[in-house]
Amino acid sequence: MNRYSRHIILSEIGQAGQDKLSKSKVLVIGAGGLGCPVLQYLTAAGIGTIGIIDFDIVSESNLQRQVLFGASTLGINKAKAAKARLEDLNNTILIKAYPEKLTHKNALTIFKNYDIIVDGTDNFSTRYLVNDASILTSKPLVYAGIYKFEGQVSVFNYKKGPSYRCLFPKQPETGSIPNCSEIGVLGVLPGIIGTLQANEVIKLILEIGEVLSGKVLYYNSLNHQINLTKVNRSEKEIQKVMDTKTVFEALDEEINCEIPIRIISIKDAINKKNIQWIDVRDTNVNPEINHSEVLQIPLKDLKQNLNKIELGKEQILFCQAGIKSKKAASILQNHKIHSSFSLKNGACEVMKYFNNKNYDR
Amino acid sequence: MILSIKYFGLLAEVTGHSEEKIEFSGKSISDLKTILFQKYEELKNKDFQIVQNNELTTNETKVTATEIALLPPFAGG
Repeated sequence: MNRYSRHIILSEIGQAGQDKLSKSKVLVIGAGGLGCPVLQYLTAAGIGTIGIIDFDIVSESNLQRQVLFGASTLGINKAKAAKARLEDLNNTILIKAYPEKLTHKNALTIFKNYDIIVDGTDNFSTRYLVNDASILTSKPLVYAGIYKFEGQVSVFNYKKGPSYRCLFPKQPETGSIPNCSEIGVLGVLPGIIGTLQANEVIKLILEIGEVLSGKVLYYNSLNHQINLTKVNRSEKEIQKVMDTKTVFEALDEEINCEIPIRIISIKDAINKKNIQWIDVRDTNVNPEINHSEVLQIPLKDLKQNLNKIELGKEQILFCQAGIKSKKAASILQNHKIHSSFSLKNGACEVMKYFNNKNYDR
Repeated sequence: MILSIKYFGLLAEVTGHSEEKIEFSGKSISDLKTILFQKYEELKNKDFQIVQNNELTTNETKVTATEIALLPPFAGG
């Protein structure tokens, strides 16, 4: 029995449709919550060439939703781990792993090799980069974004349709809208939303049904509320991107010139002398740490409170899981304060330390 | 008129509601924003689009529907 027989017997697909799928090349950016279901269904559907770009490694907290990974792939690059799993699912197609970060420098070159781009990224700077590179290379972009129990899906740059910038022209400031690792996400949600993306990719290729272009779909998994909002193409926004064409590859240095953040464990932190503890979580988050040695500056207020940083000391920045504290360290770096560390462990460890310390006294 | 406002994503946390009814006597989306910003100062710092009749609005758009939604971008993936 043919692997694709259930496709081929559909009059809307047939052998001709299946051939279209096998001739298509799709690039998936990010093999995370969205990327995993997208990759799984595109591979099963027999898309001929699939590219996977992800610089990150598989960690245990990914396994709650990133269904291509397991115990045996912990610590392995996600693009490579996904490729290995998908080759078992379908060994008749070509899967290419890019175990690297997508940058302005490499985006155009990579995008040119594919017909369709799928956005499974988890931050705004990469989302805008993916959008802009899709415009510059004239590739349709199957977009999705998620937040806790809600998701958005749309197809951009399709047949003179709108782009992501036509929906949200201004890139939100880093840290202004949290991502899944900071606030959590229902594991099944990216499964639902990513599957919608895979569905759009297949419709695009087969030219069947109504492609989700010119509108953004909003879905809430808690109450099944669905909204379809019309999005018009903004020539002004598209032109702004087109104007960057000649300098696009050089844009990286401005955006990605991060100085590596120093990460410290609680054990090493408490052995240091002359340090300033800074809690960068929002206020009223558990566990609350009210200790005279701990300064509270929520991440969003950090820039306005740089005067509270004691320059003669080293700062130990901490949050719930070590994500916000990294951003805080990067903000301090940008303001020429290089004496800070981001604490690897979260607030619970800090609380334990201060509780024991008080006890010792 | 009474407007029913839906807050999506983190805007539900900013306002403390996923949906609420407010009395509105203004004309444009800009008037509505003024009211919402007075009520929820933190909204001023958030990025979002205001949706009416399943279409994006601008400040000048007249408020004609009784159901309005505030749609922010979602970072996660």
